[in-house]
Parts: sequence; C-alpha cells; structure tokens
Amino acid sequence: MSLLQVHQLKKAYVAPDGGTHVVVDVPEFSLAAQAQVALSGESGSGKTTFLNLIAGILAPDSGSIKLNGQELAGLSESARDRVRATSIGYIFQTFNLLQGYTALENVLLGMSFGPGADREFARALLKRVGLEAKLNHLPRQLSTGQQQRVAVARALANRPQLVLADEPTGNLDHANARDALTLIREACRENGAALLLVSHDRDVLGKFETVQELAKLNRAAMQPVS
Amino acid sequence: MTLPLIVAKSLRQHLLSTVVTALSLALAGGLLMAVWVVKTQANAAFTKQNAGFDAVLGARSAKLQLVLNAIFHLEASPGNLPWSDYQDIASNSAVALALPIAVGDNYHGYRLVGTSTNLFAVEHAPGRKYRVAEGEPFLPGYMEAVLGSFAAQQLRLKVGDKFHPYHGLNFDEKQMHEEEYVVTGILEPSNTPADRVIWIPLEGVQHMKGHDAKTATEISAVLVKLKNPIAGRGLELMYNKQGNRLTFAWPIAQVVSELFGKIAWFDRVLALVAWLVAGVATGSVLASIYNSMNERRRDIAILRALGARAHTIFCAVVLECAAIAALGMVAAFAVYLAITTVAAGVIRAETGVVIEPLAWQPVFAIVPVTMIGLSALAGIIPAAKAYRTNVAENLVPVS
Repeated sequence: MSLLQVHQLKKAYVAPDGGTHVVVDVPEFSLAAQAQVALSGESGSGKTTFLNLIAGILAPDSGSIKLNGQELAGLSESARDRVRATSIGYIFQTFNLLQGYTALENVLLGMSFGPGADREFARALLKRVGLEAKLNHLPRQLSTGQQQRVAVARALANRPQLVLADEPTGNLDHANARDALTLIREACRENGAALLLVSHDRDVLGKFETVQELAKLNRAAMQPVS
Repeated sequence: MTLPLIVAKSLRQHLLSTVVTALSLALAGGLLMAVWVVKTQANAAFTKQNAGFDAVLGARSAKLQLVLNAIFHLEASPGNLPWSDYQDIASNSAVALALPIAVGDNYHGYRLVGTSTNLFAVEHAPGRKYRVAEGEPFLPGYMEAVLGSFAAQQLRLKVGDKFHPYHGLNFDEKQMHEEEYVVTGILEPSNTPADRVIWIPLEGVQHMKGHDAKTATEISAVLVKLKNPIAGRGLELMYNKQGNRLTFAWPIAQVVSELFGKIAWFDRVLALVAWLVAGVATGSVLASIYNSMNERRRDIAILRALGARAHTIFCAVVLECAAIAALGMVAAFAVYLAITTVAAGVIRAETGVVIEPLAWQPVFAIVPVTMIGLSALAGIIPAAKAYRTNVAENLVPVS
C-alpha cells in the first residue's frame, strides 16, 4: 500500500487581473513507504505548491491527498497542522531556520508541536548530521552547509513518515550540495521516512533511482493564465 | 514548554522595543500605585491623626482652620482667646487634660509653639507619651526649648545648642528676636505633627519682645483630651451653638475628613490622569507588537510549517504582550517606591504625618493584574493578525 496517494488534485490562484491561474492539476501520484523519489521541475512548474498541498500548508480546491490512508484534503486547517506536526518533515531551499533559536532549539521546535520535545533525540540527530559541537550556535554562526544540516535534522525531529524537500541544495555550492543530498537520503533511510524531493538540478536528479517529471505529472505546469 | 520558549525568544529578539514598552508600562503602573497609595494612606493618616487629643478650642473660625493650625501646625491661627477660656475648659468635669498653645514665631520655618509641661503627660498613641529622648523637658518661664525629632534632625540642633527665634510663622531673616533659647531636650519620634515643632514654655511666646503686649495673657488655642470622647457633644453644643465667640472643633477626624471631601475632585482628576497614562501605556504594547508583525511573518510561517497551530501562534502573541506587561509591573514597583519615598518625605516635612509606602495595599495586586490583563487584551489585535498569517506566502516564494 502506498504511503502517499494523490488523486485529481487541483489548486488555482486568482491572478492580479482577476483571472484564474491553475497551478496544480495532478490526476494521479503515489509514493510508497520509505521510497525516495525525485520530481524534476523548472520554475513555475508548481512544485512548491504541490509540496505545500501534500504538507497541508495549503488546502486544495478539489481532489484527494491520502497519507497512510488518512484523507488530508477535507481536514480543517488545525487538523492538517496536526498531521504535519506528527507525520511530515519539510526541508526548504532557504533552510528557514529560526534565527533567534540555537541549532538544538530549532530541532527541538521541530518535535515540540508533534510528539513532544525529546532533547536526547534532538542531540542524536544533530550528532548524526555532524553538528555535535554546534548545538548552541545560532544559525548566523553556522556556515550555509551547516545550516542546511540543521534543517535536515529538524525535518526528521518529529520521526516523520514522509520528508518533503524543496530544492534542498539550491543554495549550496557543489560540494556542499553533494554532501547534503547524501545526508538527506541516508538520514531518511535510517529513520524509515519516505523522501519526496523536487529539484531542477540535473546532478541532484541523477542520484535518484526514481525521477518523475512534474511537467508530465502536473497538467497545469506552464499553462498560461486563463 | 514550547509557548514560553517562543515568547522568551521573541522578547529577546525584539529586546529594545520590549524594554521601552515595559518601561512605559512601569511608569504608568508605578504612577497608578503611587497616586492610589499616597491618596488612601494620606487620607487615613490625616483622619486618624489627632496627636493625642479629641478636640480643639479656639477663636471663632472654621473648624478645619482651627484643627490645621493647632494639631497639624499648618495655616495661620484664626485668632487668640483669653487665658480665662483655658481655665474654664480645663476645669470642666468632662475634660481629662487641656493644653494651652500659643503660636507666632518660627526658627528657619519650623514653628515655635508655646505650651505647658502638660505636653509630656499626653498619650499621642495608646501607651506612648511625648517623651524626651535626649536631655530634659523645658522649665516653665525659662528660655528653653524641646525640639521635635524631625525638627532637630532638619535644623541640626542638639541639646545645649542656642538659637534666636524669628517673628511670624514664615521664616524671614530680618525678623529675628533678641531672645536666645537653649535646646534642653529632643523628643523621641512620635510620627505626629509634633515631630516638626519647637516646643517652648507658653510664657516664651507670650512675652517675646516685639509681640503685642495686649496679647501677653492670650493663647492661640487649647488642645483638649476628654474623659469620654462622647462628652464632646455637650461641649460642642455649649461653644458652637449657644456661644458665638469660640469654636470647639470636635471630633478631629471628622473635621479633617472635610478637608479630603473638599479636595476629592482633585483625587478623581489625578486618578483619571493616572488611568489615562495606563491606557496609553497599554496602547503602546499594542502598537509595539502590531508594528513588528511584518518582520515576524516569516518566523510565524516557519513555526506554522513545523506544525504549530494557528491558535498556538495567537496565544504566543497574547502571552508576549502579557509578559511585557509583567516585566513592566516588576519595574513598576521600583517606580512606585521612588515616587512614594519622595512623596512621603515631602508629606512628613510639610505636615509631620508619616505614610508607609511598604505597607501592604490591595492596589499592589489590583494594578499589576489589571495592567497585565489590559495588555493581554490589547495583544488580541496583533494576535489576530498573526493568526491570519498566510503560511505559504511567507515561507518561500511560490514557484
């Protein structure tokens, strides 16, 4: 059985001229438990919106999103927050670390809204990503690569079933990007989480056994404003 | 654990605005508490204050003027009365003790009050008489003085020192009398207006050179201690209703309460101003947090992306406003102490009445709870804005 099942998923925005801009129109998509899949997509292909719909940050206009059999599309915002807090990890291109919080506090926050803060597990995660000596450093005291590693640890902090990664290497140089990608994949595997990663970087996509083109998956990709 | 952490981090991230807003609340809270305490304590202290006497007999005048002059040593004397009036009331069967006083001179602004040695027999509080702590009482007919403790401290006079009195109730260096008085004693503190008086024998004021010779047998007032306080009703009837030459001010507390009745409007204006200041300070919490919402949007979006519910963010903002107010209220006690210490010093110096800023008052709970509550209430507006933050828009650019 698939961990994630998407069916007839649609999301549109109202454009400034009043017209409707369909961003996501995905008839079918599924992801098996513990699988690692990359979605390739250029800017404007709706990849961030697609991930935000799966994460429950956005509500779809229509369609179905099932995570481990639970329908997310019809849930209230609060219920979607709950699912995200307990079952989904999210890695952003811009890391989105909270600047006033230390590395350890950022990771602790990743679990606080879900299973509850587990300081030992947070330390273990940061040790796993090689930041054992930087627990109490603020993001601005860390290098770009180190910040991304904190973001990886935070995404795994709530022991998620699914990790979403949106261009996770987009802000890293080549060497850091390679290391970060390896770390994300290994960490997800070790923690039993499935990984759905979107990127337009051919080097990144080349590391995945399964790559799907969002342009083919999403009928709305690159459609003009109607 | 999470909410306090989010609030503490936010307070620290916006440290300058937190401190400035907390200080404005501290000023408002301190001012409110100070106004309230000074008002209620001064009211209570003045109305309870009778310096050990039940009534005052003096020349025909307003009772309040008579009491202010004879008990609190404020205001001018309304006039003199002959010695025979003192003898009459002193021999009245209802009177336990009558103390004649004569005023008209000062030393550097502190009043000289001529009286008899009966002063030292008066209980100004249960079991506590006007006791000479240093030296000894003055002797009738001699140019000797016993100083109230506050007057001695302020004038830096000690036993054995000599001084020349000045004519009038207000200090004028050109009005120095020739007579030289010697300090024979200093009273122990009584926390009554007597502390700021220079007590001398009655004859000293009556026969001071330069005083009108016709007044040499007159006195300014008689302080009366009754055997039974209710007996004052009969004396009041006799002097105030049946006679028209003298005024019998009784009971003293009721006379003083008239004063507070007359200035009640001022109290209300002061309280209104203080509450307005509190309102403005509470508004500053709202403005401070609301204006920072733009820079907080990204943090809020990140917290939401991590699974924080919208109502958690709402509560965090409200709690932050309450926390700023709580910090302000801690500082408010410092402001309160500063204001009341100065006010207590001024009141003591001007009236001899002691107020105690550290004595427990319900306002110490009412003001902080109200200010924290109002600030939390004000926080609802920015909290509602935070609640509605669009997560996707503020998280990352939509591709």
